[in-house]
Amino acid sequence: MKPRHFAAVLCLAVATGAGAADLKVGLSTSLTGPAASIGIPYAKGMKAALAYKGEVGGRKIQLITLDDGSDPTTAARNARKLVDEDKVDILMGTSGAPSAMAMAGVGREAKTPMIALTPIALDGEDGAWLVAVAQPASLMVGAAVERMKKNGVKSVGYIGFSDAWGDLVYDALVKAAEPAGIKVVANERYARADSSVTGQVLKVLAAKPDAVMNGGSGTPGALPFLALAERNYKGGLYGSHALINADFVRVAGASAEGLIAPTGPVIVAEQLPAANPIRKVAMDFRAAYLREHGVPTTDAFSAYAFDGWLVFLDAAARALKKAEPGTPAFRVALRDALIVTKEVVGSHGVHNFKPGNRYGFDERGRVLVKLEKGQWILLP
Amino acid sequence: MSWDLVFILLVDGLANGAVYLLAGIGLVLIFSVTRVVFVPFGDVVAFAALTLAAFEAGRLPPTIGLVALLAVLATGAEAWRLWRAGQPEGILRAILGWGLLPLTPCALAYLAAGSDRPAAVQIAAAILLVLPITPLIARLTLQPIADASVLVLLMVSLVLHFLLSGLGLLFFGAEGTRTRPLTGLAWNIAEGYSVSGQIIMMVVAALLLSLLFYLAFEYTLTGKALRATAVNRRGARLVGIRPAHTALLVYSCASLLAGMIGVLVAPVTTMYYDSGFVIGLKSFIAAIIGAMVSYPLTAAGALVVGVSESFASYWSGALKDAIVFGLLIPVLMLRSAMAQQVEEEVDEIDP
Repeated sequence: MKPRHFAAVLCLAVATGAGAADLKVGLSTSLTGPAASIGIPYAKGMKAALAYKGEVGGRKIQLITLDDGSDPTTAARNARKLVDEDKVDILMGTSGAPSAMAMAGVGREAKTPMIALTPIALDGEDGAWLVAVAQPASLMVGAAVERMKKNGVKSVGYIGFSDAWGDLVYDALVKAAEPAGIKVVANERYARADSSVTGQVLKVLAAKPDAVMNGGSGTPGALPFLALAERNYKGGLYGSHALINADFVRVAGASAEGLIAPTGPVIVAEQLPAANPIRKVAMDFRAAYLREHGVPTTDAFSAYAFDGWLVFLDAAARALKKAEPGTPAFRVALRDALIVTKEVVGSHGVHNFKPGNRYGFDERGRVLVKLEKGQWILLP
Repeated sequence: MSWDLVFILLVDGLANGAVYLLAGIGLVLIFSVTRVVFVPFGDVVAFAALTLAAFEAGRLPPTIGLVALLAVLATGAEAWRLWRAGQPEGILRAILGWGLLPLTPCALAYLAAGSDRPAAVQIAAAILLVLPITPLIARLTLQPIADASVLVLLMVSLVLHFLLSGLGLLFFGAEGTRTRPLTGLAWNIAEGYSVSGQIIMMVVAALLLSLLFYLAFEYTLTGKALRATAVNRRGARLVGIRPAHTALLVYSCASLLAGMIGVLVAPVTTMYYDSGFVIGLKSFIAAIIGAMVSYPLTAAGALVVGVSESFASYWSGALKDAIVFGLLIPVLMLRSAMAQQVEEEVDEIDP
């Protein structure tokens, strides 16, 4: 109910001052359920982005936020509602790849463009209305594997979630490790809500790997590190970018000391060289977030929402020259503008979309960080 | 599989089993007396753990507000019932019992929060604070329909679970927490392996509490009254045992158990607002192994669930839960093969 209220108040607030048609952004995200630890930051980041820049080309932007409860069916229903009832110009969402996929399906059918805040990839016609502003797992895990090679790792044991995310990271690891001459010697899985991973960790350790790669996310991702520390494991620790938030550090404590993980530049924005254009945007985002919510941002997820907003603003500015918001023609123009996005600097990287490339990332969208005494330190 | 591996997994499984044992006792306790499969039991466990975590972080746990609100509602409901029944002289007692009594732990918790209190005070405050949750919720939602069918009661308790876990998300956020270990002691058994004092404490607590419950049921009048209600509600009524009182008693006992479980597991597992549900579900399997009535069988079932979970996670991490829940199938088949056909009990008391 709450997001609807928030949306209603927002509509009321902007409806008073609007002459020409407003732009409407429909956000479906997981405010409840298992993906809420990612979904809530999305909503907060989006709110900060709206406060940061709430208009484009003289037009006000309305943000309508719905909760999908971490459920793909609800995400699809939300998308349908946003398209049919609210007549949004663009869809954004959501935490969890299956839910985002479900939304993208609705977007394609209703000919409404979508910015996915989660790394999902749809090829060909299925993905014609979609762009994604989160780094694909292959780019990120590839960076971690490069670092393993540099550190002389010959074998790596994998322990990750028993869901789509765990599979995604594992596949990316296997794909990157083979050319690098690193053997993946174990593949163990656990569920997000598990209370113990002793069994899995014992099995990983039985394979005697030089390093362990963790395919978990957020606080549940701390579990393998805690279990490894309990077994006095001394080898290298690697993770994916999904691990990185302040709560992870709080729960993992000393057990994750020395962990190396790829992430978006926003996490270590203050450590980036001054010449890096991402630094300024990332600092702007942090300031906007602090102003809006009164607390500093510590996670990577709210920044994806911010980047999605920037990409949308850039494309909307170009599309507004062609059509009026709220019309099918505008949605087509917006889609056409989105997929030729060039050099939009976000807090996570520089976004470039091409008709055949739904991921706008290159090497500028990833950095490696190391956890030292509870702080993420940028690795050169 | 070498022996030290077996040993490590066994210890891990027993630690899990100890938790399921306590939760299983709580479930059986409530079911046998009130016929309610108390699904939100696990949520109360999570509330206890997260309340303790909030104390440790120096925050005022939002649980205080929940308990206070529940107390006010329950007092109102009770006063209204007494007024309608033409017994206004009982209202003062109702305010004392349903209002002030549950508000006392709130006040204590309020005092215990904030500055650095000793761990023992925080733990006691957390357990006491969640203690009134179950009886108050049961008074508000389950007692008015105490004579409804098992299915209706189950549905209500399922709804309560969603309500509580939603509140948990609102209160404590989506991220998990761990609390400081109760003891840093570890017991070195062999090279490179030690059993932590925390695990020993969990197992010992489970054994002690089950012993305590056994003694209470065998040798105290109240315990006998509870057993009598479980065996035959109408008969118990006839000999002067009031069902509302026994229900209140079991809900309080179960709440106390939930609080203790929460405090015991919080240091060894990462607790989320919804992780209580899984604990509840697995102890439910244990309770089913005990046919929802037998405490010794439930205890054995809990240990079986814990140990098989631990070994299953070694053999196939991804299928671990499937293996554990799959245990239900042979158990149910065996149960139904052994069970004698009994007529479904008809409602005993006219509404």
